[in-house]
Amino acid sequence: MRASPITAGVGLKPQHFDAAIANADAGMWFEVHPENYLVDGGPRRALLECIRARHPVSLHGVSLSLAADAAPDTSHLARLATLVDQVEPVLVSEHLAWSAWRGMYLPDLLPFPRTQAALLRIASNIACAQDALRRRIAIENPSHYLAIDGHDWDEIDFLKELSQRTGCGLLLDVNNVYVSANNQGYSAEAYIDAFPADVVMEIHLAGHSLDPQLGQDLLIDSHDAPIAPEVWRLYERLIARSGPRPTLIERDEQIPAFADLLAERRRAHALLCNAELVSV
Amino acid sequence: MNSAFARFQDDFVQSLWTPQDDMPSALGTLALQPGFAVYRNTVMKGCIDALQANFPAVLRLVGEEWFRAVAALYVRAQPPDDARLLQYGQYFPDFLHHFAPAAELPYLGGVARLDRFWTEAHAASDADTVAPSALAGLPPAQLGELVLNPHPAARWAWNADQPIYTLWRGNRDDPCMGDGDAVNWCGEGVLITRPAGKVQWTSLDAAGCAFLDACRAGQPLALAAGDALACDAQANLAHLMASLLEAGAFSAMNSFRSHP
Repeated sequence: MRASPITAGVGLKPQHFDAAIANADAGMWFEVHPENYLVDGGPRRALLECIRARHPVSLHGVSLSLAADAAPDTSHLARLATLVDQVEPVLVSEHLAWSAWRGMYLPDLLPFPRTQAALLRIASNIACAQDALRRRIAIENPSHYLAIDGHDWDEIDFLKELSQRTGCGLLLDVNNVYVSANNQGYSAEAYIDAFPADVVMEIHLAGHSLDPQLGQDLLIDSHDAPIAPEVWRLYERLIARSGPRPTLIERDEQIPAFADLLAERRRAHALLCNAELVSV
Repeated sequence: MNSAFARFQDDFVQSLWTPQDDMPSALGTLALQPGFAVYRNTVMKGCIDALQANFPAVLRLVGEEWFRAVAALYVRAQPPDDARLLQYGQYFPDFLHHFAPAAELPYLGGVARLDRFWTEAHAASDADTVAPSALAGLPPAQLGELVLNPHPAARWAWNADQPIYTLWRGNRDDPCMGDGDAVNWCGEGVLITRPAGKVQWTSLDAAGCAFLDACRAGQPLALAAGDALACDAQANLAHLMASLLEAGAFSAMNSFRSHP
């Protein structure tokens, strides 16, 4: 890591704003969804400006819809590029998923068959986004709930190929790996071990929940609970191999006191510092 | 966009909006997997949560259960067309106004419109306001020729038949309003502004709304004053001007142009 490295960060929630401003923990950073700040002016932009004046900020998009069979929306991309210019984020990321189609926005991260045609289209979309934003972005592995027929590629090879073709980095969401491996019956450890650590720009950690009907058979990436012990174990396994990477604590529902998120953040920070020592 | 990839997305979207009972869908068995419900629920929840956040006064008036039921109908009729969900619900006031089961609450569309105005004011461009002192000392003739532009965050509305403003602010945590305040059933107007980075509101009469309508149309103050007096011959223009300036209703940008 660089001279003043960022270690573990926290997803910024409006109710934690004052505590976030005041925080002075070493290596701290904050992540926001740019969609919530793509407004012409007013208090939201002022709030983001306040945070970025004091802490490194990461922009984690949920709506570029890179895995759609269509180019990214040009006006949305232009607005995002303006925000990136103004915020100067340390990281910009998006998902291997789609959420916009034929003029409709669907607020979720939707799946697709990983075909050769999809690979070409998504590589082109990532290149288009990186050109517009004038920077390398990280692409996140999504959570899976469906067994889709017709994949030509497995997910890790698909992500590796996208990285090789476009130069993009990857965002490895460890909770998504745990949830998907559980739902689709593969080994989360094997997935973590095979993931191309050299292009991982960021790691996400979050909590999940059981489907109300199906229980353990269907885990939901709900971001509404503390990080599960199994996900912490996968995370330790990952950074023991990859070395430290900026790691985000995500919580989007049932938001606890800031101190509760800080406790998880300090645990990740300690693990990253330890991984740094080991890798030296 | 007629590839197999595009067809998959077309079918997926269609299945998202189709109730499970209506299967089979174009997606075939994929939509029958239990996991498909996760996407269906997440998309619908995301849209309804956005409406609930954007229309808090309507929510307080009708309760969460009723709100989420009517919001689900709106989502199906008018799904989001923009990822900025803060701006979702542009047509929700009209939808509520024409929603037959809400006929007993004829003010609901009007209240929703003020929630919408709040959102628009909250997200509007930044601009300096014209300070109350800026026009002091101008001779009346010169004042009359000035053109003042409404601030990008300024929104106003006159409701001739219903106390929409009182109903709305009573459900927006207005610190100046007590729970026991009686609603006087008469016409009311409102001015919503954002003078110091925070959305605020104040009452505005019909003459004041006519005055701002004329300003928005680019009319000089003398003609705007004429419109206000046509609306209410007793209108106190000096008081009106002072209260509009105090509220930050005008943008310093491109204002002060003298009318040719």
